[in-house]
Amino acid sequence: MTDINIIIIDRLGKKHNVLAPLDMSMNIMELIKSYELADDASIGICGGMAMCASCQCYIESTHKLNHKSDEEEAMLSEAFNLKSSSRLSCQIPITKDLKDLIIRIAPEY
Amino acid sequence: MIKSDILIIGAGPVGLFAVFEAGLMKMKCHLIDVLPKPGGQCSEIYPKKPIYDIPAYPEILADGLIDKLMEQCSQFQPGFTLGERAMTIDKQENNSFVVTTDKGTKHLAPIVVIAGGLGSFEPRKPLINNIEKYEGSGLEYFIKDPNKFKNKKVVIAGGGDSALDWAVVLCDIASEVTLVHRRNEFRGALDSVEKVQHLKNLNKINIITPAEVVGLNGNNNLESIIVENSDKSKTQIKTDFFIPLFGLSPKLGPIANWGLEIEKNAIKVNNSLDYQTNIPGIFAIGDVNTYPGKLKLILCGFHEAALMCQSAFKILNPNKKFLLKYTTVSGVKGFDGSHKKAEKAVVKTIS
Repeated sequence: MTDINIIIIDRLGKKHNVLAPLDMSMNIMELIKSYELADDASIGICGGMAMCASCQCYIESTHKLNHKSDEEEAMLSEAFNLKSSSRLSCQIPITKDLKDLIIRIAPEY
Repeated sequence: MIKSDILIIGAGPVGLFAVFEAGLMKMKCHLIDVLPKPGGQCSEIYPKKPIYDIPAYPEILADGLIDKLMEQCSQFQPGFTLGERAMTIDKQENNSFVVTTDKGTKHLAPIVVIAGGLGSFEPRKPLINNIEKYEGSGLEYFIKDPNKFKNKKVVIAGGGDSALDWAVVLCDIASEVTLVHRRNEFRGALDSVEKVQHLKNLNKINIITPAEVVGLNGNNNLESIIVENSDKSKTQIKTDFFIPLFGLSPKLGPIANWGLEIEKNAIKVNNSLDYQTNIPGIFAIGDVNTYPGKLKLILCGFHEAALMCQSAFKILNPNKKFLLKYTTVSGVKGFDGSHKKAEKAVVKTIS
C-alpha cells in the first residue's frame, strides 16, 4: 500500500504537503499531530473520541468524505467558528479516496 | 496555610496514584485542582468511555478508574483544595515552596509535583463581542452555588450534559429558565434529555432551538440577550443571568510563568532519574511533562509517580537509609508494622 498526499493548511495559513499512510488506521487529527502542524496541547485533546472540538477543520477540496456520526454532529453544534465545511478531523479516517484532500485547521479555541 | 510533605497540582489519575505511592513511604500529600471534583480529564471529558490499557483491567470506564484510584489513595488521607487554580509559587528560605491559588488559599510543602495533564480547564467562551463586560455581573461560566439564581431569570446556552443538568436543577430555583441550543438535538445522557423534555412539557423550561445567543445588553449588569434564530431573525429576551456551558478546554495557564523549562507546551523533566524539573524540588509527572520518548499514557504517568516518590523521599529525609518495600511483604503501611496484610494461608499436612 502506498502513502497518499494530503494538503494541510495550519493555523498560521501555511500550506503543508504531507504523506499520509494508508496502513496505520490513522485519522486526519492524528496525521496533523504526527507532523506537528498544531501545538500538541491544542488539538486532539480528547484523544479522538469526538468529545471536544479541538481538531475542527474546514474541508477545502471537493472530496466526498465519510458521513458525520451523530456524535460528531452534536459536538460540532457546540463548536465555535463553525462553517458548512466544518468537520472534526479525528472522525475522518485516512483512505485512498482522500488523495490530494485539502483541509484547513480551524482556529484554536 | 495548608502544610503537607508533597503538594500535588492536579487531581487526575496520575496525581491520585502519586498519593498512594507517597503514602507507602509515609509522605503526606495535598492536592489542588481547578475542577470541583477529582479525576481530571477522566471525569470532565470522558467519564463513560472505556479504557483498555490500564494494566490488569481489560476494560474500565474512566470514572470507574478514578473511583478505584480514590479508594486506593484515600487510606493515606490526602487533603484536597478543589475548584481553585494554582496561581503562584514562591520559594522560601528553607527551600520549601508556597503555592497560592486564585482564591488566596496558601499551601506550604518542601516538594511540589505538577501532575496537571494538559493544563487547567478553562471555560470555552462563546464568540460574543462584549462578553467580558458582563463576566461576574450577570454572566457565569460555572455554577458553584445554585441559590445565587433564586427567583432570577436565567438563560443557559449549550447542548451537552452540563447544560441539560443545570437546566433541570435551576428550574426549581430560578423564576424562569430558558435553554438555547444551535440544534434541536442535545448531546447528553438519555436520562437528562428526557428530564428536560418532561419539564418542557410542563412549561417549566423554555427551549429555543435551533438558535444561538449573539448579543448581550445592559448598562452595568446584564439585562437582556439577543437570540438569533435559524432564519436569521433576532429576538431579545430579558434575563438576569446568562450561563454559557460549552465545555472546558485545558490551558497550561499560570504554571507557564513559574520559571520552568517548557517545550511544546509541556514541562521538561529529567527522565533518566526522577522527573524533576529545572527547579530542584519541583517535579512534573503525567501528560504535563515532556522528555525524549515521552508517551502520554496514564500507565506511563503511574510509573513516573513511583520514581518521583523515591527522589522526593531522599530530599525529605537526606540521611535516612531506604530500601524499596514490596506491598506483598509489608502491606501498605510497611514502616510501622500497622499494615494491611494478606491473610495467612492455612498450613496443614495432608495425610
